[in-house]
Amino acid sequence: MTVFPYLSAAIWIPILCGVLVLAIGADRNAGLVRGISLVGAVAGFLVTLPLIFGFDRSSSELQFVELHPWVERLSINYHLGVDGLSIWFVLLTALITIFVVVAAWEVIQDRVAQYMASFLILSGMLVGVFAAVDGLMFYIFFEGTLIPMYVIIGAWGGPNRVYAAFKFFLYTLLGSLLTLVAIIYLYTQAGSFSIPDWHQLPLSMREQTLIFFAFLLAFAVKVPMWPVHTWLPDAHVEAPTGGSVVLAAIMLKLGAYGFIRFSLPIAPDASHEYAWLMIALSLIAIVYIGLVALVQADMKKLVAYSSIAHMGFVTLGFFMFSKLGMQGAIVQMISHGFVSGAMFLCIGVLYDRLHSRNIADYGGVVNTMPKFAALWLLFSMANAGLPATSGFVGEFLVILAAVHHNFWVAVATASTLIWGAAYSLWMYKRVVFGAVANEKVASLTDIGRREFWMLTSLAILVIAMGVFPKPVTDVTNASVDALLQHVAVSKIK
Amino acid sequence: MSIMDNANLLAALPEIVLLVGACVVIMADVLQSETRRISIDRLALGVLLFPLLATLWQWDWPAQYAFSGMYVLDDFSKLLKLCSYGAVAVTIVYARRYDFDRGLRRGEFYGLALFALLGQMVMISASSMLSIYMGLEMMSLSFYAMCGLRQDTNRPVEAAMKYFVLGALASGFLLYGMSMLYGAAGDLSLAGVARAFDDAQTNSAVLTFGTVFIVAGLAFKLGAVPFHMWLPDVYHGAPTTVTLFIAGASKLASFAIAFRLLVEALLSVAVDWQQMLVVLTVLSLAIGNVVAIAQTNFKRMLAYSTISHVGFVLMGLLSGVVPGREDLAAEAYSSALFYMLIYVLTTLGTFGMIQLLARKGFECEEIADLRGLNRRSPLMAGVLLVLMFSLTGIPPTAGFVAKLAVLEAAVDAGHVWLAVFAVMMSLVGAFYYIRVVKVAYFEEPVGNEPVLVDPSARVLFGLNGAAVLLLGIVPDGLIAVCLEVIRQALAT
Repeated sequence: MTVFPYLSAAIWIPILCGVLVLAIGADRNAGLVRGISLVGAVAGFLVTLPLIFGFDRSSSELQFVELHPWVERLSINYHLGVDGLSIWFVLLTALITIFVVVAAWEVIQDRVAQYMASFLILSGMLVGVFAAVDGLMFYIFFEGTLIPMYVIIGAWGGPNRVYAAFKFFLYTLLGSLLTLVAIIYLYTQAGSFSIPDWHQLPLSMREQTLIFFAFLLAFAVKVPMWPVHTWLPDAHVEAPTGGSVVLAAIMLKLGAYGFIRFSLPIAPDASHEYAWLMIALSLIAIVYIGLVALVQADMKKLVAYSSIAHMGFVTLGFFMFSKLGMQGAIVQMISHGFVSGAMFLCIGVLYDRLHSRNIADYGGVVNTMPKFAALWLLFSMANAGLPATSGFVGEFLVILAAVHHNFWVAVATASTLIWGAAYSLWMYKRVVFGAVANEKVASLTDIGRREFWMLTSLAILVIAMGVFPKPVTDVTNASVDALLQHVAVSKIK
Repeated sequence: MSIMDNANLLAALPEIVLLVGACVVIMADVLQSETRRISIDRLALGVLLFPLLATLWQWDWPAQYAFSGMYVLDDFSKLLKLCSYGAVAVTIVYARRYDFDRGLRRGEFYGLALFALLGQMVMISASSMLSIYMGLEMMSLSFYAMCGLRQDTNRPVEAAMKYFVLGALASGFLLYGMSMLYGAAGDLSLAGVARAFDDAQTNSAVLTFGTVFIVAGLAFKLGAVPFHMWLPDVYHGAPTTVTLFIAGASKLASFAIAFRLLVEALLSVAVDWQQMLVVLTVLSLAIGNVVAIAQTNFKRMLAYSTISHVGFVLMGLLSGVVPGREDLAAEAYSSALFYMLIYVLTTLGTFGMIQLLARKGFECEEIADLRGLNRRSPLMAGVLLVLMFSLTGIPPTAGFVAKLAVLEAAVDAGHVWLAVFAVMMSLVGAFYYIRVVKVAYFEEPVGNEPVLVDPSARVLFGLNGAAVLLLGIVPDGLIAVCLEVIRQALAT
C-alpha cells in the first residue's frame, strides 16, 4: 500500500520553501518573501494534520513508515515514522513555525529572506529529528539544526549575540559529538542504524553505562539540565523573538525526546542504575533554578530559567519509570511548548515597542495595553501551573508519580507550585500593574490584530489542553505502555 | 625482451597527451604575436581536455600494467586522475583575474602547473618505487618554481625557499627508505617488495627500518605532525593560486602514493606502520586544531586546518588491518579516500574564495577581510558558510559524511578512544571555523567595494558550494565508487 508520504512532506515543504525564499533574496521583495514563508509554514502544518487523524491510537508500532535505502555502504536508510511518543512534536513544530513567521512579519526588516529561510529550514529539520527512525538520520537532523540557529542568534540577536551564538554552538556540539561515537558503536554492534534494532540489541553493563553517559551529555545539554544549562539563558536573551520561541518550544524538547527514544530503551539497565542521578539533577533544576529565576531582572532570562525548571519535570517524569510520570512528562513537554512560546512572544511584543527587556523599565502596562495584559496574564498563570491551564496537567501528573516514588522527592517537586507562582506572577505584577512607570510606557499602543490573533490562538490551545487533556494522552498511551514494558526487561547479555 | 615490448603505451595515453599539451602551452606564450593573443589560461584549460578524454576512453579497460610493471592503470588511478583534472581546471578558472593582477598569467606558470599535474598523474599510476619518486620530484620541482615566480613581493620567494629545502629533505627520507626496501627485497616494484616479506631469506630488520623512513617521508608530503613545519609557511607565503595547486590536486597524488606504498607494498608490516600512524594522527589532530585557533590569517588558519584533516585521513588508513577481520580493509581505505576527495573539494572552495575576493594590491587573506561578506555578496557568504560547516563536520554537508565514514572505520577496527579523541578535537576545530562564519555574517563590512567576480568563476564557485552540500545529502554514489576502486586495487 502506498500512502502519501506525509512525513517527508512535513520535512521537505518548509525546507524547499526556505531555499526558494533564499533564491528570491533581496529585501526589496520582502512582501513576496513573507508571503511564501507563510504559505510554506502553513502548508507544512497542514500536511501534519492527516498524521494525527489517521493515527491508530491502540498501537505502539511506528506508523506512516517510509523506508528507502540512502547510503548503502554504511547501511543508512531514509527511514521515517511516528509513534505515540513523537507524533505530537511533529505537529507542535509545524504549528510553532507559523507563529514564528507571523511574529516576524513587521518586526524583521533587515535581511528578511535569510531570516525566514533560516526558520523554515530549521523547522523542516526539527520535524526530521522527531520523525527519524534511523539513528544516523536523527543525528543528521539533530546536528543540522545548529547551523540555522547559530545564524539566527548571531545575525539578528541582541548586543551580546556573538558570545551567545558561540556558546550555544560549542556547548551543543560538545554534547552531540560523543553521541556520534556512541551511535557508530551501536552501528558496529547491531550492523544497522535502525533505532528499533538498537532497542533489541543486548549490551553488557559497561557498554550500557558508556552509551548512557554519551547520550546523556548530548541530551542534558539540549534539555538543558543543571549543570550544563548555562548556554540557555544567554542564547534566549540574545536571540530574536522567533529564535527564543523555537528554542524554548521545540529545541529543548529534542533532548527530552532523545531520552525516551535512545537512553531509556537502548540502555535500560544503565537507566535504572543511574536513575538516582537523573532524579537528583532534575530536582536541582526544579528547586534551585526556580529560585534563580526569581531574582532575574531581565524578563527573557527569567522565562529562560523557568524553562529549565519546567524541563526538570520532564526528566524527573521519565526516570521514575511509572506511567503517570511518563505521561505527565510528555504532556508537560507539549504544554511547555505552548506556554513558553507564548511567554516569549509576549515579551517580544513589549520589546518591539520599548526595546528593553528589563523588568524595571516597565510598570503599569495594563493602563495602556489592556488586551495584551489579559492574554499575558493567562500565560503567566499557565507558566505557574494554574489548574485549567495546560501547565497544570503535566506538573500534577509528575507530582503524583513522585508521591508514589518517594515522599521527599514529592515534597521537593511540589515546591515548584510556590516558586513557579512566585517568579511568574511577581514579574507580571511588576511589569503590568501599578502606576504608569514612565513616559515610554505611557506612549505604548495595545496589540494590533496580527498580535492579538497570534496570542489568542495560543491561549485557546493552552486552555483546551488544560481542561481536556485526554485526546493528548490517548495518543501517547499505547507507546508509553510499550516503552515501560521494554525498559522493565534487562538487556544484559 | 626489450623494455619496449612491454611498453603498452596506450595505457599511459593521458600522460603522453598532457606532456605534449604542456609543451604547447609553454611555447605558445613565446611564439604568439603581440597583436593576436589567446589567453594562456584558456589554452591550459583546453589542454586539460585531452587527458580527460583519454582517461574517459580508458574507463572500461581492465586493470593493466605498462612499462614492465612500473606503471599501473586501474580504477583507483582513473578515479584519482579524473578528480585531479577537475581540481586543476577549477583552480585555473578561479585564478583567472588573480593571476592577471599579479603578473602570473604567463606561459611558464601554466606550463609548470601542467607539469605538476603530470607528476601527480605519474604518482597516481606508479607501481614501482622508481616511478613514484620520479612523479614526486616532477610535481615538487614544478611547485618550488611556481611558488617563486611571483616577483612583486618577497614572501613568495621565501616560501619557495622553505618549500624547496624541506621538500628536498622529505624526498631524501623517502628515497632513503626506498633504498633500504630495494636493498632488502632486491626489487623496485611494489609487488616485489610485498613478495619479499613472505620470503624467509629477506632481512626483515632492514625492511622495517625502511618502512620507518617511508612513513616519515609520506608524513612530510601529506603534512602530518611532527613533519608539518613547512606547510603553514608555504600555504601562507605562496601566491594563493599556487597554494590551491598544492593544497588541492596534489593531495590526491600524495594520498595515492601513501596508499600504494603502505598498503600495496608494506601490508605485511601493517601492524608496525599503523602504530606510527596512530601517533601521527593524534598529534596532527591536536596540533592542527589547537594552533589554528590562534591564527588571524585565513590562509594560515586553513593550513593548520589541513594538518588536522590529514589526521583524519591517516585515521582511515590506520584502521584497515585488524587480525581476523579481512573485510575491514576495503572499507577503511575507501573511507580515507572519500575523506580526501571531499577535503579537496572543500579546499578548492576556501582558497578559491580568497582568490576571487582578492583585488589588485589586496590579498584578502586576513580573516578580518571577510567582515560583512554577507552584505556584500550573499552568494559567496552562503558558500563560505557551507564550506566552513563542512570542514567542521556538521551535517548535512559532505564533511560530515566523510568524518562519519572514517570514524566508523576506526570504531570498527577497535579504536574507540581514538575516535573519541578525534571528535573532541573537531569540537576545538569548530571554534575557529564558526568564527569565520561569524565574521562574514555577524559583522558589518568595512568598505563598500562591490565584489567583482568573473561570471564563470562565480557560477563555478556556486556549484562548488552546492556540490559540498549535495554530496552530504546524497553521498551514496561517490562512497560506492570509492569502495569499488579500493576493492579492485586490493585485489590486484
